[in-house]
Amino acid sequence: MSVKVSMKVNGKPVSAEVEERTLLVTLIREHLRLTGTHVGCDTAQCGACTVQMNGNVVKSCSMLAMQAEGADVRTIESVAAADGTLHPMQAAFKEHHGLQCGFCTPGMVMNAIDFAKKNPGASEHEVREALEGNLCRCTGYHNIVKAIMAGSKAMAGAK
Amino acid sequence: MSASLIGARVQRKEDYRFLTGAGQYTDDVTLPNQSYAAFVRSPHAHATIKSIKIDKAKKAPGVIAVYTGEDVAQAKLGGLPCGWLITDVNGQPMKEPPHPVLAQGKVRYVGDQVAVVVAETQEQARDAAEQVEVSYDVLPAVVDAVQATKKGAPVLHDIAPDNTCYVWALGDKAAVDAAFAKAAHVTKLEFVNNRLIPNAIEPRSANGSYSRADDNYTLYVASQNPHVERLLMTAFVMGLPEHKVRVVAPDVGGGFGSKIYLYAEDVAVTWASRQVGRPVKWTADRSESFVSDAHGRDHHTIAEMAMDKDGKFIGMRVHTHANVGAYLSTFASCVPTILYATLLAGQYTTPLIYCQVTAVFTNTAPVDAYRGAGRPEATYVVERLVETAAREMKLDPAEIRRRNFIREFPYQTPVALQYDTGDYEATLAAAIKMADVAGFAKRKEEAAKGGKLRGLGYAAYIEACGIAPSAVAGSLGARAGLFEAGEIRVHPTGSVTVFTGSHSHGQGHETTFAQVVAERLGMPVENVDIVHGDTSKILFGMGTYGSRSIAVGGTAIVKALDKIIDKGKKIAAHLMEASEGDVEYDKGVFKVSGTDKQKAFGEVAFAAYVPHNYPHDKLEPGLNENAFYDPSNFTFPAGSYVCEVEIDPDTGQTKIVNFTAVDDFGKIINPMIVEGQVHGGLTQGIGQALTENCHYDPDTGQLVTGSFSDYCIPRADDVPSYQVDTRETPCTHNPLGVKGCGEAGAIGAPAAVINAITDALWSMGIKDIPMPATAQTVWKAIQSASKKAA
Amino acid sequence: MHAFKYHRPGSVKDAAALVGKNADAKLLGGGQTLVQTMKLRLASPTDVVDLGTIKELAGIKVAGGTVEVGAMTRHAAVAGSAEVKKAIPALAALAGMIGDRQVREMGTIGGSIANSDPAADYPAAVLGLGATIITDKRKIEADKFFTGMFETALQPGEIITAVSFPVPKRAAYMKFKNPASRFAIVGVFVAETGNGIRVAVTGAGPNAFRVPEMEKALGAKFAPESVAKVKVKADDLNSDLHASAEYRAHLVTVMAKRAVEAAMK
Repeated sequence: MSVKVSMKVNGKPVSAEVEERTLLVTLIREHLRLTGTHVGCDTAQCGACTVQMNGNVVKSCSMLAMQAEGADVRTIESVAAADGTLHPMQAAFKEHHGLQCGFCTPGMVMNAIDFAKKNPGASEHEVREALEGNLCRCTGYHNIVKAIMAGSKAMAGAK
Repeated sequence: MSASLIGARVQRKEDYRFLTGAGQYTDDVTLPNQSYAAFVRSPHAHATIKSIKIDKAKKAPGVIAVYTGEDVAQAKLGGLPCGWLITDVNGQPMKEPPHPVLAQGKVRYVGDQVAVVVAETQEQARDAAEQVEVSYDVLPAVVDAVQATKKGAPVLHDIAPDNTCYVWALGDKAAVDAAFAKAAHVTKLEFVNNRLIPNAIEPRSANGSYSRADDNYTLYVASQNPHVERLLMTAFVMGLPEHKVRVVAPDVGGGFGSKIYLYAEDVAVTWASRQVGRPVKWTADRSESFVSDAHGRDHHTIAEMAMDKDGKFIGMRVHTHANVGAYLSTFASCVPTILYATLLAGQYTTPLIYCQVTAVFTNTAPVDAYRGAGRPEATYVVERLVETAAREMKLDPAEIRRRNFIREFPYQTPVALQYDTGDYEATLAAAIKMADVAGFAKRKEEAAKGGKLRGLGYAAYIEACGIAPSAVAGSLGARAGLFEAGEIRVHPTGSVTVFTGSHSHGQGHETTFAQVVAERLGMPVENVDIVHGDTSKILFGMGTYGSRSIAVGGTAIVKALDKIIDKGKKIAAHLMEASEGDVEYDKGVFKVSGTDKQKAFGEVAFAAYVPHNYPHDKLEPGLNENAFYDPSNFTFPAGSYVCEVEIDPDTGQTKIVNFTAVDDFGKIINPMIVEGQVHGGLTQGIGQALTENCHYDPDTGQLVTGSFSDYCIPRADDVPSYQVDTRETPCTHNPLGVKGCGEAGAIGAPAAVINAITDALWSMGIKDIPMPATAQTVWKAIQSASKKAA
Repeated sequence: MHAFKYHRPGSVKDAAALVGKNADAKLLGGGQTLVQTMKLRLASPTDVVDLGTIKELAGIKVAGGTVEVGAMTRHAAVAGSAEVKKAIPALAALAGMIGDRQVREMGTIGGSIANSDPAADYPAAVLGLGATIITDKRKIEADKFFTGMFETALQPGEIITAVSFPVPKRAAYMKFKNPASRFAIVGVFVAETGNGIRVAVTGAGPNAFRVPEMEKALGAKFAPESVAKVKVKADDLNSDLHASAEYRAHLVTVMAKRAVEAAMK
């Protein structure tokens, strides 16, 4: 059985006929071909699928597309400026070598931006705790933490 | 261009695409007319297959085809080969049971692939896979290597009735026994080097397609070495000529060894794509990765160190049972032998070493190389023995190391390797200073006031990287060469594309290799692009593993650069009407020495492609060179780690409060990237020491730790920020002086952590603690020690 | 995931009608457990009834000495609520320890307690504070709600609409996490309420339970040393790869002690 689902993704209205069992991440990756959002696990731990929904970050592999009906969804593809300039958090990840293979990176960046917005001036300890839902196997988190601290500062400065 | 690019913290060229979601990983590749595969896997650890009924599955919605072992047998698909032949103590070849693409009458581990369903969508394929009815006769299973060698243990393969793949040994046993007989002190430990599941965050994925038009196959696959994958798949399994198969490893989301191997799924989708006439894609979900990726480590070891009265090591004796799983994976056989026993000298002058390894088949997933591969296991043996010996002999653990350090190079170890260079005292001294070992006693006292136990542990590791001199590897059983290839394509206007057989799946080759080339040619890094991961573009390659890329792949590029510059000199000499011998190349400019005549690199490149004024009688047009490089020796990165822990005795919880790593990787191209590699390696090593453990139920052979809910890879709040630094003794036998850095952290960290924990608990009479030292494990050790004391 | 039929009822009454007549239907709260189990094909409901758009189910009301949390209130909303932080800081803190940031944006209190996962955090607060579970049919006391592993007093088709927490004099929650899943190996909620001391434990047993011996000891003297000597019996506790029953029993005492310390701050 297929159903119609409609929402805004990266500012544009989209609608699709999907199977009811379609996950939000499947809609994003397979139907909208926005492949920057990744799937790294099937038990809601790795966070590679993290997207923003209605101003908060969620794991798009852990919800049905239907649960996002009418929502405002933003993926990694919408983070940089229209002219391609990196968002301060993305720039901080680059500057501090907060990524290696790049697979966990979109989820990390989505979570980091949301966290920094809501928790300006957070401590290293708080940053590490905020990454509980994002697994990285390459970086040992050291440079991700550094990047988020710096990106957070840059975001506050850019306001 | 004044500052050197070698040693510069150049930001990564690859980051932009990863940061903006524009990376292209295998699962991101969806081809026209794409179909999807799902595998039916064995739910049992050991069983004979009575029957497989596929009628229902075939009729399920969206199903295109269903294949079983019978189909692959009929198609005469060979088994998955093992790339390294180990010869046992009796001169006999190891036992190599067939490793079929789909099970032939028997399954040998939970997750063993039994059938494959191809359907219109992934969910339809999975739905239909549930409809494949397999009837099993369940057999008793064995998951532990030591148990599997015992009489009466279930037998996996007829050709190995004692489940033993080989018994292999290195060293002079009689001489070692004699050394032990005259020892003033012997330290003995028995432990398990815990089995790990690599868990790169990108799950394995493969997308095969066949073009009838030109009778060619293309396989997109998450692989660390597309050429090796192609060679093994075409020559050994599918019986195809290599020129008919293109293997592309696009962006790959981490490997750590697990994506070196040729897997059954890769073959199955490639083969099936021809059968169904459509591209066939399979991507593991994480649960599938847990059961079907090659695992790492899993040694059971008894190790002894003999010392004289001054703590000088006089002999070492090691016996290891290595679990190789149900079948031999691609490099399974060389990991617990060639990459393990040869490293048992460590950084020390131990004159006599004997190591025996029994490799054993069990009803578990195949075990193969995982970050470090053999070398973490060796380091754990050496460094646990050394630290324990120091404590038993009441010597400072740093001092016992100093007394035994190798100080003269080259140094021939008793276990086959010749170290070219190193300075172990330098890294140890630096680590001790950086970790403020001098202030430890005070910190321990402070912690004790708060009811916490502090401990400090060292690990001084060595690894053999830059794998490998092909002739040496061949004499030890390698069935492949281990050189690397590189190609430099200079474009008419002087920019450069570099093709490398190394593969980057996080290591940042697109940046470091570009730094090497840009520095050598005297141009900005932006003018150099690195291409890797596609057999149709790159002449050949052995891929990336064993910290070999910069040492072997980088050197191949340097060799090709030398040829470019040589040819450039000839062209420049012609253009400047000078003799070739008088032309020098410096920072992007060809100069005639002693004159002010010069030609920029770009001018020479242009002349090579627009050869109006050109020495056609002596030179071909164009500026494109390739090179193959086969190293003359391994490289020997080494370092000293200091770990400081604080244990909460009420819960057993260990917190790493400080971790210091000082490494010697020889020359460093990009310190930022090197530090990142160390951080990542340390975290995997800490994961092994504290949190990660692959556990199979001993009775049923079911994988108990089959998800991130039970298998704990470290999170950000499990690890500290690290203190890292380097010392430099350049490698003597490659032009860059580089040694490799990818595995160091994972090699040195486990011993450092366990040495720190046992230091904290030593006064309670706790001499050893198993890995992973989870809170429960530490708490139980404390409980039983206090019971003993009471 | 197996196929199913998706429903989006506009009211609790409509939702009840949908699940009431169908034993194979499942209510969908935030989906942080249900969607996972469906993905792993461990749950295969024929019908999924999404409560996500029923407005009356979400929200926090603080009045008359109680904090009432609507069943579809997300963990992040409870953790971040200034009112909850003021009235029952321990409850906000507990909500902030569930899962991770992303999971807390979707997961709901109703979903959590209806599932009665032995390792979930909310049951400790519900039981520790002596909350009342309000359903579309009745009110259920916390003490009668958690009946077993993944079992509650809810009737088939009965829908939780809110949970009402009485504001305690002081309270605290201490959690010893499973390092992998981040669920509680042991979590202890200690509260001094208008009706006496309550100590509730999650993670250790088949479902959340109270420890009367500790409550009694704390009633005599609300201090860490009062619980330090009280041991729960390991016999009925959970045992798995991560923690044996004996270890869990020990941790109950350690976490209780630390919760009392925290509550006194």
